[in-house]
Amino acid sequence: MIGNGMAGMRAVEELLQLAPDLYDISVFGSEPYGNYNRILLSLLLSGEKSTDDIMLNTPAWYASQGIALHAGDPVVAIDRRRQRVRSASGVELDYERLLIATGSQPFMLPVPGRELPGVIGFRGIDDVEQMLDASRTHRRAAVIGGGLLGIEAANGLSRRGMQVTLIHRSNVLLDQQLNADAASLLASKLQARGLTLRLNADTVALYGDERVEGVALADGIRIDADLVVMAVGVRPDIALARSSGLHCERGIVVDDTLQTYDPSIYAVGECVQHRQATFGLVAPVWEQARVCAAHLARFGHRRYRATQTATKLKVTGVDVYSAGDFIGGAGTEDIVLRDPRRGIYKRLVLKDNRVIGAVLYGDVVDGGWYFELIRNATDITLFRHRLLFGKRFCNLSDDDGTRAVA
Amino acid sequence: MNAIATTCPYCGVGCGVLASIDTAGAVNVAGDPQHASSAGRMCVKGAALGETVALQGRLLHPLLREPGAVPRRASWDEALDRVARGFRRIIDEHGPDAVAFYVSGQLLTEDYYVVNKLAKGYLGSANIDTNSRLCMSSAVAGHARAFGEDLVPGCYEDLELAELVVLIGSNTAWCHPIVFQRIAEAREARPSLRLVVIDPRRTATADSADLHLPIKPGTDVWLFNGLLAFLSRQGAMEADFVEAHTAGFAEALAAAASDADDPAEVARICGVQLAELLAFYDLFARHEKTVSLFSQGVNQSSSGTDKVNSIINCHLLTGRIGRPGMGPFSITGQPNAMGGREVGGLANMLAAHMALTNPVHRDIVQTFWQSPRIAERPGLKAVELFEAIAQGRVKAVWIIATNPVVSLPDADRVKRALANCELVVSSDIVERTDTNAFAHVLLPALGWGEKDGTVTNSERRISRQRAFLPVPGEARADWRIVCDVARRMGFEQGFDFADAHEIFDEHVRLTACRNHDVQADGRPAARRVLDLGGLAGLGREAYDALTPVQWPIRAGGTGSARLFADGRYAHADGRARFVPTVARRPVHAPDREYPLILNTGRVRDQWHTMTRTGKSPRLCGHTPEPFIDMHPRDALLCGVREGELARVHSRWGTLVARVQHSGGVLNGNVFVPIHWNDEFASDARVGSLVNPVVDPISGEPEFKHTPVRVEPLAVRWYGFALSRQPLPADELTYWTSIQGDRFLRYEVACHQRPPDCGAWARTWLGAESPQADWLEYEDRGAGVYRAVHVVDERIESCVFLSSRPELPARTWLAGLFAQERLQESDRVGLLVGELPGPGTDSGPMVCSCFGVGRRTICEAIRAQGFDRPAQITAHLQAGGNCGSCVPELRQLIAEVHAVAIA
Repeated sequence: MIGNGMAGMRAVEELLQLAPDLYDISVFGSEPYGNYNRILLSLLLSGEKSTDDIMLNTPAWYASQGIALHAGDPVVAIDRRRQRVRSASGVELDYERLLIATGSQPFMLPVPGRELPGVIGFRGIDDVEQMLDASRTHRRAAVIGGGLLGIEAANGLSRRGMQVTLIHRSNVLLDQQLNADAASLLASKLQARGLTLRLNADTVALYGDERVEGVALADGIRIDADLVVMAVGVRPDIALARSSGLHCERGIVVDDTLQTYDPSIYAVGECVQHRQATFGLVAPVWEQARVCAAHLARFGHRRYRATQTATKLKVTGVDVYSAGDFIGGAGTEDIVLRDPRRGIYKRLVLKDNRVIGAVLYGDVVDGGWYFELIRNATDITLFRHRLLFGKRFCNLSDDDGTRAVA
Repeated sequence: MNAIATTCPYCGVGCGVLASIDTAGAVNVAGDPQHASSAGRMCVKGAALGETVALQGRLLHPLLREPGAVPRRASWDEALDRVARGFRRIIDEHGPDAVAFYVSGQLLTEDYYVVNKLAKGYLGSANIDTNSRLCMSSAVAGHARAFGEDLVPGCYEDLELAELVVLIGSNTAWCHPIVFQRIAEAREARPSLRLVVIDPRRTATADSADLHLPIKPGTDVWLFNGLLAFLSRQGAMEADFVEAHTAGFAEALAAAASDADDPAEVARICGVQLAELLAFYDLFARHEKTVSLFSQGVNQSSSGTDKVNSIINCHLLTGRIGRPGMGPFSITGQPNAMGGREVGGLANMLAAHMALTNPVHRDIVQTFWQSPRIAERPGLKAVELFEAIAQGRVKAVWIIATNPVVSLPDADRVKRALANCELVVSSDIVERTDTNAFAHVLLPALGWGEKDGTVTNSERRISRQRAFLPVPGEARADWRIVCDVARRMGFEQGFDFADAHEIFDEHVRLTACRNHDVQADGRPAARRVLDLGGLAGLGREAYDALTPVQWPIRAGGTGSARLFADGRYAHADGRARFVPTVARRPVHAPDREYPLILNTGRVRDQWHTMTRTGKSPRLCGHTPEPFIDMHPRDALLCGVREGELARVHSRWGTLVARVQHSGGVLNGNVFVPIHWNDEFASDARVGSLVNPVVDPISGEPEFKHTPVRVEPLAVRWYGFALSRQPLPADELTYWTSIQGDRFLRYEVACHQRPPDCGAWARTWLGAESPQADWLEYEDRGAGVYRAVHVVDERIESCVFLSSRPELPARTWLAGLFAQERLQESDRVGLLVGELPGPGTDSGPMVCSCFGVGRRTICEAIRAQGFDRPAQITAHLQAGGNCGSCVPELRQLIAEVHAVAIA
């Protein structure tokens, strides 16, 4: 097992459920810890969670499951012909089945100065620790990228007392998750929390001598910063796979069973490419792990199908939920609710009396319910008039909400 | 303050009211146990009087309107001079018949008296008529023909003493609730008391009847001619009585037999089952103690007078008159319809029940008044009067306390008439009415609780209306305004009254004046049964302390509960008259173009043109909107649906209202209430539809029978808005405004849906500011838009629009206007229109007194298995105060159980 991240370990756990004694399992991971919940890193940064809080499996757990954990010792080579791997420290191990879950790497903008100290991504516990150090010793930070990670990083750093400027390419924050209406609510909320926003801003260079000192934008504006966090997206980490001759495109290409072009090698998580899609959210990855484990267990009865996904921003006090096709287009209808005073915006996209997308801002309690309706393609005709007000208003047996003149 | 005993200003029952002002300045009212007519009872309208005396909308100082200009405030002197000079000039140029007065059953007897005196004795014109013409005049004419004078023989007590009560053309339960309660209580105590209701509609009254005859509109005379023939065949005739005290029996019977001898034929013509017809005839024949109480359904007809006489004939035949528990009984619509008639408020009367056409009477009155002249021929009756105005024969009209643009038939013609009239004067208590829009001079009058005088109710009982409120603004008593103008016209003598008491005393003395003179042949020279002689010389204090008393009033002030006990009638020969009545159809028959028959009437909780009841939130809750009640089959044929809007056309006009199926309307008929007007709805004046045909004798219009056509009103969206401030509504295709507690509710509909609902709504509700706390919800696909405007955490207004007529219930939203601060939990429900979970909305108001809604009641019935209204009352109070809603409670019980069985 290459990679000690969430995707791989979930696959291992699933496998242990299905066939506890089928394999002797060894896990190689580059990070010197057990397995932790990467999704919670932003809360670790903001101080709302501790390292222990975000741990999923401790080294003790691996031992109890009879798993050999090689933490902080990544695999550097795969000899597929001899079905053997070699780790950085020289450990060599034969495999019957190999599972690659090397995840992804932050994409670093190809701009001058990106190697300067103080320029980091936001990927692992060590990134968080660098940020925390910086927050103790420096004042100003710049975060490049107004996506989920960027906003969480910016929020965390500002909660750690730094003056943070958030630099974003487009004028819509979270443009993968929000439409303009919700994004502008989010923008004003973040500004209210003391963040400086630079939208429609293209980063052309990072400047500084021994350490980064700021970000230069295309319009000539320079933003001084002692810490620059790059959060402009991730790239599947396929270096190892490619060097071993596995067929890769943007990611390691897998079929519906998560099998690579090498029948004895499987891959799951952010490092894979399935039918042109790569992955950054946890839900599909869990599904991949489930399917993959079934095949490793030789049950072979499951197929992976890309499904609708929902995302939730983990910035405390800012509730954002989105799922499905929340932009809509030809043939779709909108239901919109605005309550600016309470900072609430909700939008559902309907098609043929079924919910196909949802954007919730400020009040996300019904996110899960809408997601269910999207996944099950439920016909909402009967309760459409109350749908957007939430499940508790849609007592489906009672349609008294509309009635003739009182 | 101590409670002041006064009289209710609404219907003709004339209930006693105890009114007081609490420390917070609010007016509290209660029934007056001392008042013999009501004995402490009070209906929902009376109980809500306190909510109608607020000064908003009141006319508080004189206004003058120059042609084409907006009204301007003026001093009393200027306004009175304008009226006096205007009338004087027109009389000088065109004679006294070029001016006219159109007054009201809302006036006090004293007010009425001076207007009549001015017109008939000083201007010399009988062009003074009253809106009582629209409800009472057929009864008046029928009384005069049968009894020789406008006399109601019996009293309310007779209804309790009777074995059989027949209600003809009267939704007593809603229009005269306390009389109905007295009947209902008597039946509780004595279940043998039978109740028959004759009405084309199945009303709340009919629901309580032992027998309901839903006769075809206008067939009453056949019914009672048939009864007369039946009674004589059955030997129910009281031969001695007929012999000794009546005349004209043979002719009347012949006329009756000629077209109604065969009950089967009568049943066919009236459209009722023969068995039910005979059941009624049989009940009538078997019960000596029978009261036939009739109202607008009889009077408002082109054969109204004959209908009245056909009823009276049956009582004369059986001698059932003048004794306890029996008699024909005309119940009046207005608080002082009878008082007005006493002083001559009708164009065909002189004064004190004396006749214009009788030289002796003219001499009595003119001598008594010492007036320069006396009118010698009858003046123009209401409908003719406004025709004459339209034709320019009458050039000045003074309208007092009434709203003819709403209440007269062919009301659009009335608008045109007033628009062309040289001088329109209106004395009123409210500034904005459909009629006042045409007035050149607006004179502020005193309203109920401010004015002081007497009224006479349907059982001849004279009661004091007493003032307990301060005079608002510059308002003056109607009698004083008239006297002021009279003096300015040069009539110094005759109008120098110091107070209402002096007028009353003069009126009393006139009724007694030469009342007992005897001719050479020993016959009375000018006897009138209306004789208040017993109150002559009544001092100011005694007048103020006057307790309700029924005329005639003999020496010592003792009243008379009943008339004709002695078998003497007011005709010169002392005999009552049978009047041959030949049945005839209403003038305008339905045809292919106008296939339905329009019937009009009151609803339970509104009064006339809503200038007062329209101010009361609880009264507006029962029937919030103008409606078209029709049979589902007709609705289907017309392509209209319940809850949606429809337009009603007649040859005379149109209106728009919401279709409803009460289940009470016969196939081929529609019912529209009389109350709504341009102040409360976009286009709901039923008067504009009503044909102007009148009864040839009484001149009363045929309000209950106009051929109409009903069509769907094409609208793109429906909606409602609740707002603390009035909203501009003229742009909308349809609107109704309904007074709520701390808000106005608008029900609206429009041809076009605005391209941008949000922008439109913000403008309409006045929330353009981007900073406004504005919640909105939009589902374009479903054509739904909703928005709420919150100001300082308090709901200011909200609007709900939909492409379909189904909208959230208003009840819960309405309740939020009582909150000074919105709860967060409530805010969540704002755009839904209710809180999550059931039970937050009690449904449409059924019991206005205790504010109990339909849903609450139905749930209680279901949960508790109630089968009697009393149980509901015990449980929810509903029906426990005024009892007006008890028939509806019974209805709901039936509905709920029906559903349970199904």
